[in-house]
Amino acid sequence: MLFSDSHILSTILFTPLVGAILMLFIPRTNANAHRLMGNLFGLLGLAVSLPLLWRFKFGAPDFQFQQRLDWIPSINAHYFLGIDGISFLMVMLTTVLGAIAILSSWSAIHKREKEYYILLLLLQTGMLGVFMSLDFVLFYVFWEVMLVPMYFLIGVWGSERRLYAAIKFFLYTLAGSVVMLLAILMIYFKVNTFDIREILMSPHAMFARDLQNWLFWGFFFAFAIKVPMFPFHTWLPDAHTEAPTAGSVILAGVLLKMGTYGFLRFSVPMFPDATMKFRWIMITLSLIGIIYGALVCMMQKDMKKLIAYSSVSHMGFCTLGIFALTPLGLSGSIIQQVNHGISTGALFLIVGVLYERRHTRLISEFGGLATPMPNFAAVYLIVTLSSLGMPLLNGFIGEFTILRGAFEVRWQWAAWGVIGVVLGAAYLLWLYQRVMFGNVTNPANEQLPDLNWREWTTIGTLILFAFWIGIYPKPLFDVLDKPVQQIVMRYDPSYYAPRNATLPLLDAAPAMASAPAAATPAPPETK
Amino acid sequence: MPGLLQLTLRDSNLIMPEVMLSFFGLGILMTDFLLGPREKKWNALTALLGVGFSGVTLWELRPLALQHDQRFNDAIVIDPFFIFFGFVFLAATAIVILISVRYLDVEDEHHGEYYALMLFATVGMMFLACGNDLVTLFIALETMAISFYVLSGFLRRDRRSNEAAVKYVLLGAFSSGILAYGFSLLYGMSGSTNLNAIAESLGQRPPGDLLVVIAILTVSVGVLFKVAAVPFHQWAPDVYEGAPTPISAYVSVASSAASFALLLRLFLGAFWPVRADWAPLITAVAVLSLTLGNLAALKQNNIKRMLAYSSIGHVGYILLGLVAGNKLGLQAMAFYIFVYAFFQAGAFAIVVVLRKKGVIGDEIEDLNGLIFRNPGAAVLMLIFLLSLAGIPPTAGFIGKLLIFWALVETGHYTLAVVAVLYILPAVYYYFRFVAAMFSREATDQRPPIISFGQWVALAAIVLVTLVAGIYPEPFLRLATYSILTPFGL
Repeated sequence: MLFSDSHILSTILFTPLVGAILMLFIPRTNANAHRLMGNLFGLLGLAVSLPLLWRFKFGAPDFQFQQRLDWIPSINAHYFLGIDGISFLMVMLTTVLGAIAILSSWSAIHKREKEYYILLLLLQTGMLGVFMSLDFVLFYVFWEVMLVPMYFLIGVWGSERRLYAAIKFFLYTLAGSVVMLLAILMIYFKVNTFDIREILMSPHAMFARDLQNWLFWGFFFAFAIKVPMFPFHTWLPDAHTEAPTAGSVILAGVLLKMGTYGFLRFSVPMFPDATMKFRWIMITLSLIGIIYGALVCMMQKDMKKLIAYSSVSHMGFCTLGIFALTPLGLSGSIIQQVNHGISTGALFLIVGVLYERRHTRLISEFGGLATPMPNFAAVYLIVTLSSLGMPLLNGFIGEFTILRGAFEVRWQWAAWGVIGVVLGAAYLLWLYQRVMFGNVTNPANEQLPDLNWREWTTIGTLILFAFWIGIYPKPLFDVLDKPVQQIVMRYDPSYYAPRNATLPLLDAAPAMASAPAAATPAPPETK
Repeated sequence: MPGLLQLTLRDSNLIMPEVMLSFFGLGILMTDFLLGPREKKWNALTALLGVGFSGVTLWELRPLALQHDQRFNDAIVIDPFFIFFGFVFLAATAIVILISVRYLDVEDEHHGEYYALMLFATVGMMFLACGNDLVTLFIALETMAISFYVLSGFLRRDRRSNEAAVKYVLLGAFSSGILAYGFSLLYGMSGSTNLNAIAESLGQRPPGDLLVVIAILTVSVGVLFKVAAVPFHQWAPDVYEGAPTPISAYVSVASSAASFALLLRLFLGAFWPVRADWAPLITAVAVLSLTLGNLAALKQNNIKRMLAYSSIGHVGYILLGLVAGNKLGLQAMAFYIFVYAFFQAGAFAIVVVLRKKGVIGDEIEDLNGLIFRNPGAAVLMLIFLLSLAGIPPTAGFIGKLLIFWALVETGHYTLAVVAVLYILPAVYYYFRFVAAMFSREATDQRPPIISFGQWVALAAIVLVTLVAGIYPEPFLRLATYSILTPFGL
């Protein structure tokens, strides 16, 4: 019953919430019990999401595991869950990163463990809800609910300027959301339903051109602030820098994806005319974000801030891929979102490792750490390479696919993007060099202990994923195939006509053979 | 024979809820003499009983309400609107009684009059909701207001309390005078004090008739003063800050709900035919209230003052429902008023809890580290503040959602955008207090003590706040029920 097709999503969604409620009854003095319970429910949340892996049907045209119940009949809102390929990946990313973030907090958090783990679990439910909801009201509730635990995670367990960073994060993201609420109500006013699936499945465009323009901008701010796209990114360095390690991992790994997910789920498929009209703005902002973020990274003195700005750059690739509106761009973008969750999550864990040992994040405090911490040096190198897009690791697959998708439309877009890739390699390697190589100049670093088993587990798991996606990304492309096709069909129905001969992409890059093969599907009748 | 006062014994059933309240109120005044100084708290029980009996008799009126029964020479009308508001007032009164007992202990001001006056104020509110005649409405309004004047000055030894009372009386009397002037104009134009007759005669006058505009303007001043809308709000911060905290809660919750009942009766009943004349006025007042309330609250370090200014902002939101003026808008108003009564009272209840000997407990520092001192109180306050700010999954979110929805539905897009954006300053000032509770170290280590009665009240409040946020269906039905009355719609 619990794992039947129509209940499995609810089970995944509410497992963390149940954990949080149970933890309310454990006395706050018993910190270890809270740690155990938090980890237990983090793992349980991951465990209950695993059945999706073999039950999810690749290539099904509809949302799967749907559950639809009346919620507020007076306003026609339903409790409606369901996932397609895109949300499937996001749900899995959330449960995996959630468990890892919780585990990584074991020795990092030394005060108020009870609230900390309760909030992490509540956050988990909120984020999962965003990716699963197929009803606008439900979606919006989860979208806003998750701000509150994040506010507290930053505001209570953060570093010096935590209160400023927390309220800034809250207000920025809320500013976008409230405008989106109006857009949602406007949609209801026009089509008389909050049902996301119904709107997505309708064969013709539901909204008139003028209205599409308004709705597009109504949704734009919510998503652009979340992603964050240049120039709406200013909350991000503060929030990421001040948040505790687990908070940064979740912020970068999952929260930012809610923005791109929003573009993919709502803006792009629902408002095709407006998207085409404003595409150049989106692409321009993405390219500016890619290059600006990378340039700012070069100047950072604080490791966490550097990684925060690198998110601006990396997420710029994701939005570039989305608004390229080609199959490669779209699936590359989604894969890059997963990659970013893995690589940047791992980078924040790496900084967390150092912060726990030295209680500073300043790059200048470190240097020559490869000597006292050889294992750490190896792990950190792999994570760096994964983030900067080294072949055989995950980052390469994402960025390469996005750039090819963009290239199909305008070679200039890809050219600007490549500059971002080069700069990315520069700032990440330079950071690595300054922290790890050379002689140990600071006596405080001479005796730093190497990774412990918990750090091995958290970072090691992410590295395994990085290799997997880097070497064999086909399953990801297979999952995304159908939803991406559905989006592209709205823009260029002829794209999937049997004209493979005119698509020379297949032969272009032998190393990528699996990726384009999956993303450029066979003629529709085989689906 | 029409025109003559015709009374039967059956008619008195219709005012049984008010009779019950008056009866118990008078009873408290009498039994108060028999109680020793340590037994005064039993007055609270009597008052609660009165509220309970009133509630039961109100419940019995439901069948009559569906027939839209008018009696006492049409001076009162029993309709779902009245039943709905009646229960809002009774619930608010019960909550305030429950949180008052310990407060009066600490203040050492235990007097029977306190509870008696509360019941008399409730009588006034009930008649405000069911009055259908200018004279009834005016007397009801004054019954309520005079009780509140006394109650806000109840802490005789506290200068702030005295100041609050004086300010309230002077400004209140002034606004009542203007209201009475407006009423006299209405009577002069229509030759009747009955709202139905006034609506009819106003409808026959040409649109934009100066006399009508002046009458509506003067009446609006009186009513908007009572709900504390800008520009008639100046009394609110001082009264909220100075009055005994339970009474601040009572004023901001019950008095404002009652005044909204009066406002709706007048604007949806008598003034509906000349809607074009007052719609711009209400729109302006709503936007001004939103702006001033939300911006002035940013700077407040006193919780009660902050809640006062933020309540002005909430008045703005509620009035926007009237601006939309469609069915959804009225539903939204009813829903908003109902749930707001709970979580606003809840926020005040936490301030009441913080009051102890030597500590007034209404400054932001008094909240510092509340999570360490009393985690339950801190979490409850968080829920109330989230609800006030309109963050899901709380009742406040659904209320705002309905208001915005009504605005979108009626094409008031600019207003809708302005209204949603004012959530941002609201979150900022509410979260200053949240940050104090959760992120700052406690300056005063003594844990606040919460009495049994306060726990009951807080539990009821948080239950409504969360249930109406997560599963609002029953409350939405209630809101629909409340506007079943065929107003002008």
